[in-house]
Order: sequence, then C-alpha cells, then structure tokens
Amino acid sequence: MNGEEGSARRGRYTTVSIPVTLYNRIKELIKDTGFTSVSQFVTYVLREVVSSMEAEKLESEVISEEDRRRIIEKLKRLGYL
Amino acid sequence: MVSRPHGGKLVDRVVKGPRRDHLLEEAKELKSIELSESLVADLMNIAHGVYSPLEGFLIQEDYISVIHEMRLSNDVPWTIPIILDVNPEEIIDLKEGDDVALKYGGSVVALMRIEEIYGWDKKEYCQLVFKTVSKEHPGVVRTMGRKELLIGGTIDLLNEVPEPFENVRLWPKETRVLFRERGWRTVVGFQTRNVPHLGHEYVQKAALTFVDGLFVNPLVGWKKPGDFKDEVIVKAYEALINHYYPKDSVVFSVLRMEMRYAGPREAIHHAIVRKNFGCTHFIVGRDHAGVGNFYGPYEAWDIFSEFPDLGITPLFIREAFYCRRCGGMVNAKICPHTDEFRVRISGTKLREMIRRKQKPPETMMRPEVAEVVLSFDNPFVT
Repeated sequence: MNGEEGSARRGRYTTVSIPVTLYNRIKELIKDTGFTSVSQFVTYVLREVVSSMEAEKLESEVISEEDRRRIIEKLKRLGYL
Repeated sequence: MVSRPHGGKLVDRVVKGPRRDHLLEEAKELKSIELSESLVADLMNIAHGVYSPLEGFLIQEDYISVIHEMRLSNDVPWTIPIILDVNPEEIIDLKEGDDVALKYGGSVVALMRIEEIYGWDKKEYCQLVFKTVSKEHPGVVRTMGRKELLIGGTIDLLNEVPEPFENVRLWPKETRVLFRERGWRTVVGFQTRNVPHLGHEYVQKAALTFVDGLFVNPLVGWKKPGDFKDEVIVKAYEALINHYYPKDSVVFSVLRMEMRYAGPREAIHHAIVRKNFGCTHFIVGRDHAGVGNFYGPYEAWDIFSEFPDLGITPLFIREAFYCRRCGGMVNAKICPHTDEFRVRISGTKLREMIRRKQKPPETMMRPEVAEVVLSFDNPFVT
C-alpha cells in the first residue's frame, strides 16, 4: 500500500491529481455555471458519485424480528395499521 | 425501498434490559445536569435516530465543521448544530472523560460520556446559522440567551420522557416498519408549524399524486409567540385528514423539535430528519423555516443545489392560491389568469381573522378545520 492510501488525512483540504487535459476541459465547462473553480466542481461531482456508491454498499438496515412484531402491535393499537 | 438513514445507519441509543438497570444504578452516583424542554427533545431525537448519524451532542470538531461547512467532520451534510449548553458552575468537578447523568424535571433520563467541554462564539453561530445577529430574529435572541459552554459526547437514553401527543408520535424505526407494511416505496415528507389551509392541502396532494405515501410531520415544542399552539395544529390536521384525505395514503405523526427559524439551513435539516423517518422526497415551501424578511423567498430552494449527496429528493412546489376563473386551487405555473381572479392565502391574514373569531372563507380553509381552530379560546402561543 502506498502512502496516499495508507492512512486517513486530517485538516480541511488535500490535493489529488487529475490529468491536465481533464482540468482544462472542466475549466472550460464550468464557465458561467456558478462553479467558481475546478476544485469546487470536482468536489461537487465526487460527493454525488461517492454518496450513491456508499448507498449501494450499505446493507439493509436491520430491525430484529422481535422489534418488528412489537412495532406492528403498537401501530395496530394506535390505528396506523 | 424507503430512504436509507442519513450517514448510513439508523442510530438507536435507547438502552434496555439489564444494562439499563445497571446504568440507572450507576447514575445515582453521578453528577447531573438538568435539561430544558428543547434539549430533552434533542436528546430523545438523538437516541431514537431522528438525528442519525449523530450519537450524541456535537463535539467541537463537528460543531466547527457544521457552522462553517454545513457538514459533519466526516463530510456528511449537517446544517444545524445539535449542542448541549451549560454554565461553568453546572460542571464544576466534571472533566472530559467523565460520565454525567442528564435529568429532566429532576429525574434521570440519560447518561452522557463527556468527550469535550468547549467554548463557543454565539455571535459567530448566529451570523453563520441565521445569517444575522439582529435581535429581531427569534433564533438569534434564543441563541444569545444560551449558556456559555458546550459539552459534547455520546448519550444513552435510560428513561423515555412522557409525550402529550403519544398517540400520534412515531419514531423513525416505527415509520420505517409502517411504510414497509403499507407497501410504500416512495414517501414524501411534509414539515409544518401551522394549521393547514387550502394551500398546504394543495401542495401535499400535488406531491402525493406522484409518490406512494404522504408523511405529515408537524413540529411540536418551542415556537415564537404568535405561532399556533401544538394542540391546535394536531386537532386541525386530524380534522383535515379525517374529512379530505385517503387514509391509506397518509401518515400523520408529530415531531418534538424546536423551530430555529434558520431558513435555508433549517430546510436542509428538516429534509435530513425526514430522510431518517424513511421519506424519499421532501416538500420545500416558499420561505421554508423563514421568519420576517430575513431570507429571500426561494433561498431555501437554492441551498439544495449545494448538497448533491443529501439522499432525499426535494420537491419545490410553488405557492398555491384559489383562482375564481379556474374554479380551484392552482399555482402561478398552471394558472393563466390575472391577479383579480386570484385569492391569495396569507398566513398573517388568516391569523388576524382567527384572532377576531371570524371564520375564514372556504377558498382559504376547510370549514371543518376552521371550526376546530375557532373552538380554542386562544389558539396562539403567547
């Protein structure tokens, strides 16, 4: 494992590398869009992609069978079911 | 599939069984801090997963990240700091690493492991969270009146606090089971602090047209003078739902949580909370959670573009009005007629009519709802 992947970084910002050609394309793309820098655009796009990948990875939330039965009883008692 | 909990895991800090007995015994020997009504509501919300992924009151790193970046220190979106404020004299003999009992009305409700004790700049908080330090803003006044220190750390709930609206109060674990039992895959959440008028009904039903279920979730708890009392809101909604909503498509449940009047930031907070209840969509109103003229009418819509990773879809539905030519509730996008045909529903005007004991017209409020509201001697917070 190299140093970049070895440990979590601290502080507010860190640097990642992207090809200069891609950087130039993004710079062109974000003109007059409200994004003020390539970094801001990359952060926005990555947050969107990463959160959707994380959501796919998550296991279904676990509610025990006993809890589920107890909750259904309560919902019936209160008239929700 | 209903929405994933925010941050990936539905928090459950409610202690049961022998461990609870053991901790209750331990609490007798501990120093204690007495909580206000709003703080105990936050505590309950943490314990029951309403504020997932928070497992306690914010430590400093998260506090700073939330007020400056609108995210927790692990980058998860979070816009309103959930903090526990104390006076120095309340925590004499307490230090980081200690356990403390949290009490409400003199009784132990929870244990807290103190991870950090830190100072805060209330003016900075107001400027960043409310975008103002004006004393005309109720959130500013309330914040400036808070105590001098903050303590952060995880909590364990040992005793539930009685809820006056227990029969219409559900926790996220319960709504998630309920939505599944009803077979809902898409659910739209509606936040409110008002009695319902025809405009509210219109936006709720417009949204419901496109999803499986509607979750009406009014806030109960501290509100500013002039807002409607909790019991009035609950009774008014019960009347509306009984007479005008398909029962299988709507769930009504209250949420005890203080209004902050933080406009756009609070709109994000309201959306996150409803995501934890299992909502996939959230209705964001015009000037959502605003007060006076502190925020632009659509600022609460714009802020959502800063959160591509929120995990709940905002629905921006325009303000509704009654059009005499169209013969029903419409909005500016779908009604071609001029202002002379439009009956706008002003909350201020409605409150004035109710204050004068005058029944609002049926183009503004359902008669059954109006009757309920007018049956209260004083339906307003004083």
